[in-house]
Amino acid sequence: MQELGKVESNSIRVTRQDDKRITIEKDLDTEHMVLSMGPQHPSTHGVLRLECITDGEVIVEAEPYLGYLHRCFEKHCENVDYPGIVPYTDRMDYLAGMNSELAYCLTVEKLLDIEIPRRVEFIRVITSELNRIASHLVAIGTYAIDLGAFTPFLFCFRDREHIMNLLEWISGARMLYNYIWIGGLAYDVPADFKKRVAEFVTYFRPKAVELYKLLTENEIFVKRTKGIGIMPADVAINFAWSGPMLRGSGVKWDLRRNDPYSVYPELDFEVPVPDGKFSDVGDCLSRHLVRALEMEESLKIIEQCLDKMPEEQGFDPRALIPKKIRPKAGEVYGRAENPRGELGYYIVSDGKSTKPVRCKARSSCFVNLAAMKDLSKGQLLPDLVAIIGSIDIVLGEVDR
Amino acid sequence: MSPAVLESKAAYDIIKERFGDAVSEFDANPTMPFFEVLDASRWVDIALYMRDNSLLQFNYLACLSGMDYPEEEKLGIVCNLECIGKYTHKLAVKVKCQRDGGSIPSVSCVWHTANWHEREAYDMYGMVFEDHPDLRRILCPEDWTGYPLRKDYKVQETYHGIKVPY
Amino acid sequence: MGLLDAKVSNRNVLVTSVDNVMNWARLSSLWPMGFGLACCAIEMMATNASNYDLERFGIFPRSSPRQSDLMIVAGTVTMKMAERVVTLYEQMPEPRYVLSMGSCSNCGGPYWDHGYHVLKGVDRVIPVDVYVPGCPPRPEALIGGLMKIQELIRMEGLGISREEALKKLAEKSVDAQQVLDQTRKAAIA
Repeated sequence: MQELGKVESNSIRVTRQDDKRITIEKDLDTEHMVLSMGPQHPSTHGVLRLECITDGEVIVEAEPYLGYLHRCFEKHCENVDYPGIVPYTDRMDYLAGMNSELAYCLTVEKLLDIEIPRRVEFIRVITSELNRIASHLVAIGTYAIDLGAFTPFLFCFRDREHIMNLLEWISGARMLYNYIWIGGLAYDVPADFKKRVAEFVTYFRPKAVELYKLLTENEIFVKRTKGIGIMPADVAINFAWSGPMLRGSGVKWDLRRNDPYSVYPELDFEVPVPDGKFSDVGDCLSRHLVRALEMEESLKIIEQCLDKMPEEQGFDPRALIPKKIRPKAGEVYGRAENPRGELGYYIVSDGKSTKPVRCKARSSCFVNLAAMKDLSKGQLLPDLVAIIGSIDIVLGEVDR
Repeated sequence: MSPAVLESKAAYDIIKERFGDAVSEFDANPTMPFFEVLDASRWVDIALYMRDNSLLQFNYLACLSGMDYPEEEKLGIVCNLECIGKYTHKLAVKVKCQRDGGSIPSVSCVWHTANWHEREAYDMYGMVFEDHPDLRRILCPEDWTGYPLRKDYKVQETYHGIKVPY
Repeated sequence: MGLLDAKVSNRNVLVTSVDNVMNWARLSSLWPMGFGLACCAIEMMATNASNYDLERFGIFPRSSPRQSDLMIVAGTVTMKMAERVVTLYEQMPEPRYVLSMGSCSNCGGPYWDHGYHVLKGVDRVIPVDVYVPGCPPRPEALIGGLMKIQELIRMEGLGISREEALKKLAEKSVDAQQVLDQTRKAAIA
């Protein structure tokens, strides 16, 4: 047990244990204070409310309250036909619209059991990987703001704007695309697509390195995040964590590798998992590190897809879309790796109607956030901000 | 049967051998193979067995969804389970209860992640989870009336003096 | 416009000059409350960030409602959130402005029909001055809306109520196409 400086005052002794949790020994009871954080707070990443019971600076319990952005996604699914759900999936995880669409379309296609043209598959992977980079840029930028660094935010949004322009050029919208359709795409990509995406890759690669040097290796940043909010691997699995959160805890689990879909089996990329040299495995810094390193892997994927994508003159990505989407009776659970983890859809079809009987979205950040209570116990109040930021929640997906 | 379904079948056989009549027959559909727990009171035992048996190791509860079966007069949950690490098998489990005042044992002690999923199912469908540590509404406000995802749900006219429908 | 309103009944030269100075000061340092709700909040952040750089208009987000004079309702307001939005609005000092950004806060957006938990328009709980359409509106559209707020401030003065100012704004509203054409002509000449 190692002492935490000279925090020892009259009757209280604060110690930091090996697992970085803080224990307080005291002769007198201090009064617990209830501190409500959110729903309007600059660092809750939307409308999350945390009710913290604090003992001085130390958190005894932090209970999240959700539902401030509950937009009834599942109710809409039961009232809208299959293709009509796609725009709602965009609005669920609005930082990674393409990925949400991809997960949904893959699930319905699994139920329909239809073939997808190869070119479409590549376009889908390229756009969703571009969107993954954009999403990670927002995650990193806002995380930096939470911890008091403003410049990385500006850097991230400058680079994100390039991706937004690219995706707008492809799909016609900046954020909520409705581009990936069940069985195909809304349009084929424009003529110069390959060239401009390749230009972006060459532009962004040094910028990612710059960002890494500016933020991830910054000593203040490391001091704020290293050893904070540690989650052991087995507990993380029990909490059903996924994505960068689970990989931050040292579990090499990526659905693009472990439950491959689309063209990912043909592509060569690494799944970054922190080894504990730079960060403590499972802490906030590891989770940030995974996101920072994943951007490079996404660039690799995009490059390979550009090489392999078949060129076809007069290609119509809507050619194979069924006229009326009415899957046979059955149920399916399909999923894809989103920037925030596993986004799954559980869809039940009765075989008669063009609307699903039930469509449940298994949201990645909803599940990741469930561990908040255990993650924050015994941490210092300023570190709570670091923990929330490292979970990278999008409230639209948490509350659906 | 595809290799993935065969894997699920093998896992199911181990559970069937141990629990006999408490579980239904195996549904070998290619998109989501599942079985149903017929005796809901044994659901926690089955869950613990599925998690801890060295041949099963379903340590990852990917999804838990509430369901409404109006024609059977029942509510239910669907759990999508799989194993991270040793095996690659996946299996879905269904548990059902009565539509009015029905209850299902909670598995939040088996998989922590079930805690919030069960709260959500309670919020949307209104089935009670026995021995749940903290069964409150999670998405809708505490004083919301009705269970929105039930097929016969009628939205309330006003909430705290604000008109709800368009 | 605050306490002075009651005392000023006749408008004179002195008051109009004070008006101009005060309005100029207020409209060139609009401080919105940094208050994101949903998808639109990301576009609002993008507008604040490098490429669109709202700070050149003197617009800088504040974290506390007590320091801000503009509320940008960026995103879907739900039933659970509605009361909080009202509380936040009430905490803002007068004179305050509300900009409703995006379809959801204008009228419920894509959730107007089946969204049992969505408030169909934030104007059901607080008064809105400017509506910006779009799902989400582009940063340019948001800047347009903010400039509309600046125009509204320009119309205000001691002894002129908000309703009168809005009426004046409606009368004076400029046809954007005309302005564009004029600018083009001037550029060519």
